[in-house]
Amino acid sequence: MSEAHPGLEHHFDSYDQQRESAKLGMWLFLITEVMFFGGMFLLYLIYRWRFPVAFAEGSNHLDVTLGAINTVILIGSSLTVALAVRAAQLGKSKALVVLLILTLLLGGMFLGIKSVEYSHKFHQHLFPNDSFQFEGTSPNNTRLFFAIYFCMTGFHALHMLIGAGIILWLIPHAWRGRFNANNYNYVEGFGLYWHFVDLVWIFLFPLLYLLGRNLGTH
Amino acid sequence: MSSPIEQQTGSHTGVHVESPALLLTVFGGLMVLTFLTVWVSGLDLGRMNDVTALGIATLKAGLVIWYFMHVRHSTILTKLAILTATFFVVLLFGITLADYLTRGWLGVLGR
Repeated sequence: MSEAHPGLEHHFDSYDQQRESAKLGMWLFLITEVMFFGGMFLLYLIYRWRFPVAFAEGSNHLDVTLGAINTVILIGSSLTVALAVRAAQLGKSKALVVLLILTLLLGGMFLGIKSVEYSHKFHQHLFPNDSFQFEGTSPNNTRLFFAIYFCMTGFHALHMLIGAGIILWLIPHAWRGRFNANNYNYVEGFGLYWHFVDLVWIFLFPLLYLLGRNLGTH
Repeated sequence: MSSPIEQQTGSHTGVHVESPALLLTVFGGLMVLTFLTVWVSGLDLGRMNDVTALGIATLKAGLVIWYFMHVRHSTILTKLAILTATFFVVLLFGITLADYLTRGWLGVLGR
């Protein structure tokens, strides 16, 4: 960092170059995340194709209302993050802090609802351990559905927890007015990460909650 | 005032600040699509249920990537990296499903 260019690391020629490098690096990380979740989506697709009825029966035990509310909350948090990046670009520190806290609250609401859903599943013996019980055409295959459900939503929730940790780390920096048009890479990078977590949920919600609704609950 | 590296690559991207109106419009669109996908899932469209659910999810993902993640203002290099990732995801799904989904077609012995 030099006096003339605050926030510009010495190995970069310009703020533009620094910003684009940070952005590209973040995207490369997100691409590895796409591959990580992609493998699980593929696993889901193959077993769903193999056991459509058992998967639809399992899906009908998920709470569509809670899932839809969580979708709205998470997309809402993506909006607050997009606005937070804007506030950082404009150097509006107070707005940035408020928007980051709002994002944290929305993320907390999502995880709260998720934990309510999880505890329902535990009480209904739908967690795929030895106490798993299911009245259906092929309980073992429905158990597979719930194994995939807990695995994918669990990894998604873990990503949200990490995101919440990053927000807590960002807030003091934002409070001290560290971000401006030249130097907002941390906020931008966090934003890309949070939007990615939103993207995963955008696919998880229809695939886990909505499939098989048309077959009726009987 | 461009630096040597910018003169070489001709890249001077600057900072693009999105208007709140645009971000709110995109959010509104995402809400409409969320409502639509829940509503459509209650109708019995046969195989089209899966197609519409995935179609709407892809559209929503596109909106988030293009507007919220600022890809529309990104450099060619970033766009190329994202396209490459998409290509490999399509390969992963395409080749694997080409195996699993066609196994029953020829009545191969031993399966």
